Amino acid sequence: MVTAGIDMGAKWVKVVLLRDGEVIARGKALTGFEQKASAAKALADALGQAGLSADAIDRTAATGAGRKDAPGSPIELTEVTAAALGAVQIERSARTVIDVGAEEGRAIKTTDAGKVVDFAVNEKCAAGSGAFTEAMARALETPVEEIGPLSLQSSQAIPMNAQCAVFAESEVVSLLHARTPKADIARAVHDAIANRIVSMARKVGINEHVVLIGGVARNVGFVDAVERELGLKITVPPDPEFVSALGAALHAAERRG
Amino acid sequence: MANVAYPTEPLKCWARAKELRQRYYEDYAKAHDTGGLRWAGGAWSFDAIPMGLGPDVYPLTSEPYAASIAFNREFSKRCLEATEAKGYARDLCSYMRNYWGSLLLNEYAFGGPFPRPDFIWQDHICCSHAKWYQVVRDLEDDIPYYCIDVAVGPYEEARDRQHRVQYIVDQMHQGIEFLERATGRTYDDARLIEAVKNDCRATSAWAEVSALNKTIPAPLDEKTMYALYVLGTLHKASRDVADFYEELRDEVRDRVARGIAAVPNEICRVITDTQPPWGFLKIFRYMEKYGCVSVGSLYTFGLIGAWEDKPNGTWGPRTTPMAAGTPMETRDQALHILADWTLSRPEWQHFYSPHLKSQLMLRIAKEWQLQGVMLHYNRGCEGLSLGIAENRLALIDAGLPVMVFEGNMGDDSEFDEDATKNRIDSFMESLGIKRPGEEL
Repeated sequence: MVTAGIDMGAKWVKVVLLRDGEVIARGKALTGFEQKASAAKALADALGQAGLSADAIDRTAATGAGRKDAPGSPIELTEVTAAALGAVQIERSARTVIDVGAEEGRAIKTTDAGKVVDFAVNEKCAAGSGAFTEAMARALETPVEEIGPLSLQSSQAIPMNAQCAVFAESEVVSLLHARTPKADIARAVHDAIANRIVSMARKVGINEHVVLIGGVARNVGFVDAVERELGLKITVPPDPEFVSALGAALHAAERRG
Repeated sequence: MANVAYPTEPLKCWARAKELRQRYYEDYAKAHDTGGLRWAGGAWSFDAIPMGLGPDVYPLTSEPYAASIAFNREFSKRCLEATEAKGYARDLCSYMRNYWGSLLLNEYAFGGPFPRPDFIWQDHICCSHAKWYQVVRDLEDDIPYYCIDVAVGPYEEARDRQHRVQYIVDQMHQGIEFLERATGRTYDDARLIEAVKNDCRATSAWAEVSALNKTIPAPLDEKTMYALYVLGTLHKASRDVADFYEELRDEVRDRVARGIAAVPNEICRVITDTQPPWGFLKIFRYMEKYGCVSVGSLYTFGLIGAWEDKPNGTWGPRTTPMAAGTPMETRDQALHILADWTLSRPEWQHFYSPHLKSQLMLRIAKEWQLQGVMLHYNRGCEGLSLGIAENRLALIDAGLPVMVFEGNMGDDSEFDEDATKNRIDSFMESLGIKRPGEEL
């Protein structure tokens, strides 16, 4: 059986195709303003990799903020459930899942079956999300891909007082004017996000095996900051931004037709 | 919709409830037309006491009035803006801000100019209540004002209870002297005694209505209960409200006997906590699409309901003084009963300790057979939200799934409808409940 999982994220649409529980392809497209078209493009990308036509998909499930606009009237599931399912599929012993995407951050306590026990979502503020990193990268005049490695070069921790993205940007500009090294500012940015995300994760309880997923998990500076804040090593799976799409595809496979 | 499993039907007394509420607000506004008096105070006030001034003395309790404003989102927005423009901070009690806004705009939510009270009869259950009418007096000169300090600690602690009750009774006696001075009327103890009996009848009957919701399927859902419990917050000591609650209790008993459900597809039972975001009660209907019914809350059960431990260990309606044969023939006896009865009400307890509140919530979870709890982190009410994070931890420690959502009972700018629905979706999925329209 072939199933598709579509994660209609705020910044990227991600697609995972499964055949009998094994990943056979992934597709990705910028969400932009035309979500449906972007989803179709990401799906076509994945189908092309797998050498399949759309008819070959037995069932589709969609997650993410824009899931209601996913093509093909799929089964819907929330980001929380999809993240837990996908993360536990990859890391069987994962019990705490931290998912940081472009728009939201969330922390999930899960069972060994990927069932959600408790969750917390940061949905009202950009300070714990990828959008915050992007805003700060712009303020630093540094490509967002480079801000993570840059922060690892920092030689000192600088407290960043502002949690709000708007005020934090002003603070970054002030630090730049004070000739603070960019690496130290980059670390301060990541420490601020990590502080907020870990604080939220502590509300649901930190179990020893923590898995970090979502696009922001590709940021090595953020990963380092989370590990320092938690005081333990965390696991970042390969292709962390596809984990929720994987969870959706698994959900589709589990549902009876 | 999930599969329909239970019969349902509308409440027969629904129209009567609406009529009582409408008449209450009209009576207050028109009191002066027939030489009557108007008083203002909190829903926690000892409303039985001003009833000794005569049958034409009408209250306007401020929190349910403000909730009515909040339900009307356009008017609420104007009220909140008027209050903010006057210089009051946005993080104050949102009921208070709506009420002040209505006063500042000189617009009554039920039509016409804001009806100025003749006197204020308040108690201090929370810090906002302590300041609420101080500001009203700043805005409206020379309104006689009396308040009763009720900060005496939890009822469950029997030690020194008689002294605590006496502390309040002493203030009540002085309050009656104040009422006579403020109004020029002679106080009638017989009317007081009848009002205290009404209060006991009403609040005991409401507790029984709430206890009947232990039944599966629940005969009432919380959204409906909001429209019913409010009568107790308006005027629990009135004969009309006491009679209505007994009528309602009899109807709910009948619904239980016949297996009538509030939500025909009930498959999941939860409670909420604190006041809901009044402008968005539709989230309760959203939950019901999953077959999830909120059977109430400590708030809806305990703000008005009077409860006691029953011999079989369950929680049930407190036995009224009349049924217990407690003498109530003098002013002092009536005031002692009123103070003791009121202090025992559950919603008063968590002002004194979040741990007591957790115990009460866990008791509800067990006896009402809940699958989960939805906590409203209510930014509009510091009193009822105080300690709510502690409650969450206690519920989770006891193994109960808990969802939290942020909002504000009276300021809709602090509530995100879509995000809350998304949380409900996640919570339902975590409880293993299928999305509406999906196969079971």
